[in-house]
Amino acid sequence: MSESIEADQLVLIIEDEPQIRRFLRTTLTSHGYRWLEAVTAQEGLVQAATHNPALIILDLGLPDLDGLEVARRVREWSNVPIVVLSARGQELDKIAALDAGADDYLTKPFGVGELLARMRVALRHATSAAQASEPPLFEVGDLKVDLARRQVFVAGAEVHLTPIEYHLLKTLVQHAGKVVTQLQLLKEVWGPAYATESHYLRVYMSQLRRKIEVDPARPRYLFTEPGVGYRLKVE
Amino acid sequence: MNEQRPNPDELLARLQSEEQQQARGKLKIFLGYAAGVGKTYAMLEAAHQRRMEGIDVLVGYVETHQRAETEALLAGLDVIARRRVEYHGITLEEMDVDAVLARQPQLAIVDELAHTNAPGSRHPKRYQDVEELLDAGIDVYSTLNIQHLESLNDVVSQITGIVVRETVPDRVLDEVTEIELIDLPPDELLNRLREGKVYVPEQAARAIEQFFRKGNLTALRELTMRRAAERVDDQMRTYMRTRSIPGPWAARERLLVCVTSHPLSERLVRAARRLADELNAPWTVLHVALSSDAHLPSAQRDQLARTMRLAEELGAKTVQRPGQSAAETVLNYARRHNITKIIIGKPVRPRWLDWVRGSAVDQLIRRSGPIDVYVISGSAGDPSQTPTRDWLPHHPYVRYLQSIGVVAAVTLFSNLFLPFISPVNLVMLYLAAVVFAAVYLGRGPSMLTAVLSVLAFDFFFVPPRFTFAVTDAEYILTFIGLFIVSVVISTLAVRAREQAEAAQDRETHTAALYAFSRELATAVNLDDIIGITMTHLSETFSRDIAILLSEGDQLVLSGHSPNTTLDANERAVATWAFEHGQPAGRGTDTLPAARVRYLPLKTSRGTLGVLGVQPHEDSQHLTAEQNRLMESFASQAALAIERARLADQAQKAQVQIETERLRNSLLSSVSHDLRTPLAAITGAASSLMDGEDSLDRAARQELAQTIYEEAARLNRLLRNLLDMTRLESGALRVNKEMQPLEEVIGAALSRLEDQLADRAVNIQLPYSLPFAPLDSVLIEQVLINLLENAIKYTPPGSPIDLTARQEEAWVVVEVADRGPGLPPGEEQRIFEKFYRARTPQNGSGVGLGLTICRGIVEAHGGQIWAENRSGGGASFRFKLPLEEKLIEAA
Repeated sequence: MSESIEADQLVLIIEDEPQIRRFLRTTLTSHGYRWLEAVTAQEGLVQAATHNPALIILDLGLPDLDGLEVARRVREWSNVPIVVLSARGQELDKIAALDAGADDYLTKPFGVGELLARMRVALRHATSAAQASEPPLFEVGDLKVDLARRQVFVAGAEVHLTPIEYHLLKTLVQHAGKVVTQLQLLKEVWGPAYATESHYLRVYMSQLRRKIEVDPARPRYLFTEPGVGYRLKVE
Repeated sequence: MNEQRPNPDELLARLQSEEQQQARGKLKIFLGYAAGVGKTYAMLEAAHQRRMEGIDVLVGYVETHQRAETEALLAGLDVIARRRVEYHGITLEEMDVDAVLARQPQLAIVDELAHTNAPGSRHPKRYQDVEELLDAGIDVYSTLNIQHLESLNDVVSQITGIVVRETVPDRVLDEVTEIELIDLPPDELLNRLREGKVYVPEQAARAIEQFFRKGNLTALRELTMRRAAERVDDQMRTYMRTRSIPGPWAARERLLVCVTSHPLSERLVRAARRLADELNAPWTVLHVALSSDAHLPSAQRDQLARTMRLAEELGAKTVQRPGQSAAETVLNYARRHNITKIIIGKPVRPRWLDWVRGSAVDQLIRRSGPIDVYVISGSAGDPSQTPTRDWLPHHPYVRYLQSIGVVAAVTLFSNLFLPFISPVNLVMLYLAAVVFAAVYLGRGPSMLTAVLSVLAFDFFFVPPRFTFAVTDAEYILTFIGLFIVSVVISTLAVRAREQAEAAQDRETHTAALYAFSRELATAVNLDDIIGITMTHLSETFSRDIAILLSEGDQLVLSGHSPNTTLDANERAVATWAFEHGQPAGRGTDTLPAARVRYLPLKTSRGTLGVLGVQPHEDSQHLTAEQNRLMESFASQAALAIERARLADQAQKAQVQIETERLRNSLLSSVSHDLRTPLAAITGAASSLMDGEDSLDRAARQELAQTIYEEAARLNRLLRNLLDMTRLESGALRVNKEMQPLEEVIGAALSRLEDQLADRAVNIQLPYSLPFAPLDSVLIEQVLINLLENAIKYTPPGSPIDLTARQEEAWVVVEVADRGPGLPPGEEQRIFEKFYRARTPQNGSGVGLGLTICRGIVEAHGGQIWAENRSGGGASFRFKLPLEEKLIEAA
C-alpha cells in the first residue's frame, strides 16, 4: 500500500493474545515493516530498551503489568510513538494511556486500514519532531492553515478566528491525525489551571467547527471521539 | 394511569351483564310525562315498523282508552286474547302471560309497565310479568309515565298533590336497553285533552282539573327529560369507562343515609337516591340498632324492613349497626368508610324532648368534622327518634337524676289528689314510677326510685306530714310492700332487658361474622386479607389487633393497629401460642401476665400464625359469647390467609416458569444469532484456505468481504449483549457533561459512515440548540442503535431524517425513516427485550438494541418512544432533560 518513509521500520508488538499477534505479524510483514514480539509487559519493556523500535503497538490488557504502566515507563526514557490497543467501553483507560504519553489508540476490533493509518501518523509526527521543523502550511481538503501567518482559509476564503479558536486549531494541526485528549487541549490552550473546565473546550470547539465545517453535524475535519477527545483529519 | 384503566372486576361485570343481556330479551320503554303524550301510539308505530322488518310482533296488552287513532294502529298486529279475572263481582282484564310465553314472539308489546295486576294474578305487578317475558328471551316494548317511577314518586305527589300507588322500581328503568322519550308540549297535550283525544269526554274535565294543570305538566315534563338525560349520561359514562377514556373520575362522594323505623324514612331514602344519582355516588343506608330497639312494636319493625328493602331496590347498600348512641355509631361508620355526606331527617318530636335528652341531630352535626351533614325536611331521619327512647347512652348520673325527677313529678302530681283520696292509694302512683324506672332507666336508678318513693311517700303524705316519723304502724307494711314490689319489678325488668340485649348481641355477632367472611371472600391478596381482618376485628371488638404470620420458622409481624408494639416478652408469648397451637397471653391460662392475648391462626394444614388482641385501657371485658366470636373470626382469617398463600405459591411458580421461558428464549436467540455469523466466517475462511489455487481474485475478495461483514455483525451482537448486561446489572454509570448534540450526532454518523454510504441522511440541527447534559458515549450508542435499526428495517437507499430541537426544558432527537413503519399496536412492545419485528429482511440482532436505547435514555432521566410517521415510515424519538445550567452556544 505505502512504500514510503516508514517502510522497513522496526515495530514492537506487546500483546498477549497469539491470534492478534499473528494478525499483526502478517499485516506488518506484508506492508514492509519489520517486527518484534513481546507477550508480557516485562518482556516488552526489555525489548523496547534493547532494540529501540520505531513504534510500539501496546495492548492495554496485559497479564503481568497494566499497559498504562508500560507506556509511562517507556516515556521515562524514550519518545518512541506508542499506539495503544483497547476494547470498547474502556474510555477512561484510553484517556489515561493517552495522557500518560501514548500517541494514539485503536479500539478492538479494528481493520488493517485503520491500524496502518494510525501508525503512519504516529511515525510521521515522530520524524517531524526529531527534525524539529513544523510544516508552516497545513492543508486537508478545503481547509488550509498557514501557521507562519496565523491565517486560516476554507475553500480559499479566509476565516477569522478568535485567538483561542486559532490556538485550538493550531494545537490540533500540530497533532494532526492523532487523537488529542480534552486534557491535552485544555492544558495547551488555556493552561494547566483550566484542566477541568471541559465545557470551555466544548463551547470553543463548537464555534470553531461552525466556522470551518460546512455541516457541523457531519464534520469533514474536526472529529469527535466521544468520551476521549478530538482528532483533526489528515487524509 | 390505574385510575383510568378499567379495573378487571368492572370489566368482568360488564361482560357478565352483556352476557345476561344477550340471553335476556331487550326492553325498550317509551317514557312520557303524562297520559296522552302519545306513548302507546309511538310504541304501536314502532311495532309496525318492526313487523315490516320481518320480526314476529305480538301485542300482549294494549290499552287504547278508546282513542280512535290508537285503535286504528292495532289493526294488522297480532293481539293475544286477554285473561279475564273475576274479582268481587267485577271482571278485570289482564295480559295472559302464559299465552304470550307459549306463543314465543320475538317482540311483545305490553302497555303500561306500572300497572298493578288484579289480585290472584301470578305477579302483583305488570313489570314482573314483563321481566318474565324478558327472561324467556322475548324483547318487550312497553310504556311508562314518569310519575310511576319509584324514586320520583313522592316528588310527583308533591308537585301534583296526587299520590300514585302504582310504582316501578328504578332498577327496571336502569336495566332497560333503550328509552325513547315521548314528548309533547303541555299546551298541545291540553288541547288534545280538551278535544277528547286522551280521555273520553266526561272524564276529561275532571282530569284537567285534578292533574292536567299546566304547571304540573311543565314540572313533570322537566322531570322526565332530566331522567332521560341522566340515563344518557350514564350510558356515556359506562362507555367511557369501558373504553378507558379518561374522564373526570374525581374522588368520589359517598353518601350515608340514616334511617329509623319511622314511616317518613322512606321519603328520606328516595331523596338520597336522587342526590346519589346526581353525584353519581355510591350510597349506603344505615340503621342504628339501639339497644332499646328490642322493644320495637312489630309494626315499626315491619316499617323498618320496608324502608331497608326500598333502599335496596333503589340501589343502596344497606347496613345495620348495633350501637349505644345513634350519633356516635353513625359517625364511626362514616369515618371508617370514608363517607363524605351524611343525610338525616329533621326530627319531628317536640323541642322540649331535646332539652330533656339532647338531640342526636345536634350531636351529629357538632361532631361530624369534615363530613357534610344534610338534614332533610319532613322526615324523621333522626336516628335516635324511635318511639322507644334512646337514653342508655346518657351517663348513669343523668339517669339517676331522671329517677329523682320521676319521683318528684309523682309527688307533685299526688299532692293534687291528696285532698280527695286516701294516701295509701297514692302508693300505686309511686309503684308506677318504679315500673317506669325499671323499664327505662336500668337497675340502679330503679332501686333509687324505689327508695326515694318510700321516703317521699313517708315524708309528704304519711301523717304526720313533712316528717319521716310514722304514727300509724300500718304504713310500715305499706313501705315494706312498696319496697319489695319495686325491687322485684326492677329485677325482672332488667333481666328481660338483658335477655333482649343478649339476643341482639348474638344477632349482631352473626351479622359481623357474615360481613367479615363476605369481605374476605373478595380479598385478592394477603395484604387485603390482613387489612380486612384488622379492620373487622378492631371494629367489632374495639381492640387493637396485631397479626403475626410464620415465614420459615419465624413469626413476622404482618400487620398491627397504630399503637400496638410487641416487645420480646410479648413475642415469646406469641411464639408459644404459635408453637402449641393454643391461645396464650392475657385472659388465658397460659402466661396471663402478657398485655396481649394471642390466638393461633389454625387450619387443617397447621398453624399459620398468631392473632394478637390487645384491649384498650377503657375496654370492657369480653363476654364468653364475644370470645367465641373472636375465635370464629380467627379461624375465618386463617382460612383466608391460607388461601392467599396457596395462591401466592401458585403465582410464584408461574413467575418461575415465565423466567425460565425467558431465559430459554435468550439462550436460543443468542446461540442462534452468534452461530450464524460464526458459521459464515468459518465457511468463508475454510474455503479461502482450501481453495488457494481454484479461487480467482474476485471470489477470494468476496469471501474476505463475507468474513469482514459477519465479524462486524458479531461485534454488534456482542456489544448489545454487553450493554444489556451492564444495564441490567446496574453497572451502567451515566457520566453527564454539558455537550453540544452535534458532536454526538457527528460521531455516530462517522462511525456508521460505510453503512450510510448509499443513503441520504437529512440532518436538521438548529444552531440555537443549547448544550445538553449527557453521557456522549452512551447517547452516541443510542443514536447508533437507532440508525442501525433504520438501516436494517428500511429498503437500501431510502432516506433517513435526523432532527433535534428544543421543546421547553427538553431536547428532542428524532430518527425517522421511510421504511415499512412499525407494526400497528406494537409501538411500545418494540422496546421490550428480545422483541424482533417480523419482517422478511435479515433478522440479525437479538432484539436488544431498542431495549438498550430505552435503558440509556431513562438513565438520563429522559423518555423514548416510537410512532409511525404520516406519509409512511417509522419515527423514533427520545428526549433528554436540559435541567442543568444551559450553556448557550454562541
